[in-house]
Amino acid sequence: MAGISLRPARSDELGLRRALSDRMLPSLVAAMAFLAALALAGWTGAAALSRHWQQGVGSSLTVQVPQPHAAAAQGNGDRLATVLAVLIGTPGITAARALSEEELADLLRPWLGAGAERLAIPLPAVIAVELADAGSDLAPLAHRLDQAAPGTLMENHDVWIRRLAVLARSLQACAGLAVLLVALVAAAVITVATRAGLAARREAIEIVHGLGATDRLIAGRFAARATMLAAVGGLAGAVLATPVLLALAGLAAPFGGGAPSANPLSALPVGLWLALPGLPAAAALIGWLTAQVTVHRWLRRLP
Amino acid sequence: MVRFEAVGLHYGGQSGRPAGPEVLHDISFELDPGVFCWLLGPSGAGKTSLLRLMYLAVRPTRGRLTLLDIETSSASRHVLPALRRRIGVVFQDFRLLPHLSAFDNVALPLRLAGRPEGQVRADVTEMLRWVGLARRTEARPPELSGGEQQRVAIARAVINRPNLLLADEPTGNLDSVQAERLMLLFKEMNRLGTTVVVASHNDALVARHPAAALRLASGRLESHD
Repeated sequence: MAGISLRPARSDELGLRRALSDRMLPSLVAAMAFLAALALAGWTGAAALSRHWQQGVGSSLTVQVPQPHAAAAQGNGDRLATVLAVLIGTPGITAARALSEEELADLLRPWLGAGAERLAIPLPAVIAVELADAGSDLAPLAHRLDQAAPGTLMENHDVWIRRLAVLARSLQACAGLAVLLVALVAAAVITVATRAGLAARREAIEIVHGLGATDRLIAGRFAARATMLAAVGGLAGAVLATPVLLALAGLAAPFGGGAPSANPLSALPVGLWLALPGLPAAAALIGWLTAQVTVHRWLRRLP
Repeated sequence: MVRFEAVGLHYGGQSGRPAGPEVLHDISFELDPGVFCWLLGPSGAGKTSLLRLMYLAVRPTRGRLTLLDIETSSASRHVLPALRRRIGVVFQDFRLLPHLSAFDNVALPLRLAGRPEGQVRADVTEMLRWVGLARRTEARPPELSGGEQQRVAIARAVINRPNLLLADEPTGNLDSVQAERLMLLFKEMNRLGTTVVVASHNDALVARHPAAALRLASGRLESHD
């Protein structure tokens, strides 16, 4: 007796190796996973950019003190020193530094030319302030500064930060929507492939069902095959997307305030490195669930 | 025990499809456990439909059908697979899985029942030897002759020692020697307690093996003796 005849055919009674082809479905799922990787990169990119802006701009403000060397309304020093003292003594402010005259001239040069300091315009002193928390309420501080040195102006970047935050949130929402759509399209593709497999193996399913196979067994066979094919597709998509994401990260690095990283591990955010291996797992889960639901619903037509 | 009580059957009528005409009308009879019974009648009398009801390929559209002490008309779908595993069927068109070898086709009922692989090997090897296919275990159905395919189908039907064995024209593709051999197998199964129902056109075979008979004509039960 030939030894080969003894191998269990348990795994493929329904002939699914041919009915659910190992080419079309993984290719389509790979394309979906590739798109999902790009969308996830967009999501983490928008989040990182938003964080960077909030940390860089949101936590700083500028204070202008007109007539900085006149006597202050309160205390003994001049207006600039008094305002600096108030700022430094305020909880939540990590640093406050008056810009030097050279720095001020640098700031004004684009507007007034190189000889700004010779124009005898009364220039205010400018204090750069770093905040510990970008979201703190600055109105009481503004009031106290005005009391200490009337006419002091505080300019924070609230409006811009809010607009940028809305933009970043919108970008993240779009990326999230794209991921969701990709998942739905992947589920639709797997549904169509499973239905095609059901149609192709209708007779085999009816025979096995007639011999006493449970719905669970038949759906399990389809789900195992769909899971494997979707996982392979998801893996291929993730692998193909990685060099593209690294290249994009290199191009985007200057906008995030850094230089392109030579180390690929640090070129992409940690969240994205964790999400990439998650793609085959997510594809496998979508494959399993979709096949289970599709086959169980189809089997209800059998007695 | 098999009991039909005023069973009627028509096809269609599901998923919005229009119901076809009734193919079986008011069928009532009872088969005691362990009987051998011929199912006789001209073509189109409803023999295959009656067998389809008995192997649970369709459910009655009216009446009550009890198979192996389970009332199937109102039973949940979940209880039917286990019941199907107690029923062996030899189909007129064999209904073998073309992508599986003869061995794997015959092994299928045992594997679906979760039997250990060692027992599957021993039982299937013995069964294929008994039906004269010991040298064809690896052949797939398309590589087998009609008679060989039928013997694989018979082996698959009886491998699980079913409580109820149904056969639809089982000797159609067999020569007279093989047909007699098959009848001996059916009788042996019957002697061991299996209820056997065989639909046949073969008057000579029926005459050689006298037994109780259900006679159908135009979807009605004419006699049960």
